[in-house]
Amino acid sequence: MSEHVLETAKSIQGRFGVESREFRGDVSLVVPPDQIVQVCQTLRDEFGFNLLAGQTAVDYWPAQEPRFHVIYQLYSMPHSVRIGLRVPVNGNAPSLPTVETVFPNANWLEREIWDMFGIRFAGHSDMRRILMPYDWEGHPLRKDYPLGYEEVQYTFNYDEIDGRKHYAKE
Amino acid sequence: MFDKTEVTLDELRHLVSSRALEGDTVLLNMGPQHPSTHGVLRLLLELDGEVVINVIPDIGFLHTGIEKNMEAKTYEKAAVMTDRLDYLNNLGNNLVYCLAIEKLVDLDVPERAQVLRVLMVELQRISSHLVWLGTHALDLAAMSVFLYTFREREKILDIIEMCSGQRMMATYFRPGGLWRDVPEEFEAAVRDFLKIFPPRIDEYEALLTKNPLFLERTKNIGVLSSEDALRWGITGPILRASNVAHDLRKAQPYSGYEQYEFDIPTHTDGDTYARYVVRMEEMRQSVRIVQQALDRLPGGPVRSNNRKYVPPPRSELGVSMEALIHHFKLWTEGFPVPKEGVYVAVESPRGELGLYLEGDGGPHPYRAYWRTPSFVNLQILPLLSKGHLVADLVALIGTIDIVLGDVDR
Repeated sequence: MSEHVLETAKSIQGRFGVESREFRGDVSLVVPPDQIVQVCQTLRDEFGFNLLAGQTAVDYWPAQEPRFHVIYQLYSMPHSVRIGLRVPVNGNAPSLPTVETVFPNANWLEREIWDMFGIRFAGHSDMRRILMPYDWEGHPLRKDYPLGYEEVQYTFNYDEIDGRKHYAKE
Repeated sequence: MFDKTEVTLDELRHLVSSRALEGDTVLLNMGPQHPSTHGVLRLLLELDGEVVINVIPDIGFLHTGIEKNMEAKTYEKAAVMTDRLDYLNNLGNNLVYCLAIEKLVDLDVPERAQVLRVLMVELQRISSHLVWLGTHALDLAAMSVFLYTFREREKILDIIEMCSGQRMMATYFRPGGLWRDVPEEFEAAVRDFLKIFPPRIDEYEALLTKNPLFLERTKNIGVLSSEDALRWGITGPILRASNVAHDLRKAQPYSGYEQYEFDIPTHTDGDTYARYVVRMEEMRQSVRIVQQALDRLPGGPVRSNNRKYVPPPRSELGVSMEALIHHFKLWTEGFPVPKEGVYVAVESPRGELGLYLEGDGGPHPYRAYWRTPSFVNLQILPLLSKGHLVADLVALIGTIDIVLGDVDR
């Protein structure tokens, strides 16, 4: 593992008071939502993490509170190292500030998180769905969103389930 | 439970310029069924005559919910779905998936499997670039290049079929190594390909590199500066054509890439022609890597011997009770993965292909996030195409080299 990541983690920890984790050489920092823009800015300008490689979220419902972790994967081209950021956010309609001002490519990545998890990004320039149809209901990658198997119809509930099915009825 | 949000016309006004609202410019729909969009990509164009003022990409027509589906499968079964993401680089998708699992559970991979993985992935890179070259030239009305490139691509697909039984959806790499060893005729087939292929690259270059029609359509079209490329998170040949020598095979070597000699081609211009030059040179470098991999191919097993993660061979099942138990457990229940997440990235033909894989202590992935290069790279299309003609837009879609399966997942 590179020393640059450890030094960066230590320095960010000291400055912002955030928690640091490590697993098999991957370092990630747990950042509160209100500090994420400053942390990204600092990492980009002072520590050379110039590429937002990826951005996603994980839903820990119902086991954990806060429910969502938004994950940022930053890459430093001068040092060839990666660092992860995790931002815990809670609630059924959570919101956190956008990092679009720091990394413009967060535009589509954050739209995808809104689409798939229903996490809003305050200050985002174009907060629309991106992969699902614009009038879709629900956010598919949440853990309380069903995978969509066919319901089994028995004689006692045949009509009830049939009424819910999406096909043209006469 | 969910509040349904209707999209009103007012919410879409910020996408177009104020001239469109006054009726000064024309809004035109392009796609999703359009031969030059390389799949089902829909673009909303704002045009002033034939000049592009703005492009609004609309994606998601090929969204198949692979990330969600993976959460319901075991790790071994979910591997099959990775092929369907970027179908021109399916072995690369297998590779990043296997690397992530191997990192999560700390699984070893035998040397022979490592070398064969590099060899196959580089062959796949050539075949992916051949599809790009053929379709890109076809978009620019050079029909014959397409016929030539698909002739050579077929040879690579034959090699992949020889090893895995499938031309495109191979699922040849598995956690801990390969599905099975390569057949005896493999080496001769690859050597034959290595002999015929380098002169064929010269043939394509003879058709295009100095062709005035091709130069006219590609020089100074869609110029991307290195600052813009870095700001927008662009990776792969597009970044290298903007004069940034960044390649994950060199920067963060995986699967033993540090043992191979190859160069990272770059170009200073950052236009469509520069990206063409870089990709052509990349094919030559891939030939070098394949040659080296074939020359140093060691003997030995192609899959790890760790029975907690890798099913035992058929021959052991009849004689070993232990093997039978492992076989049964691995194919019914799957193997558990620790409650941690890792991010692994490889250099795909299109850029950084990343996978964030998180386990929950059980046999199913808790979250699999695919950072696909096409999705991120497609974002610069509006930036590249502003001020160009509609005909150049077709060249720009080709030069970004998108695969819609990769964009929409």
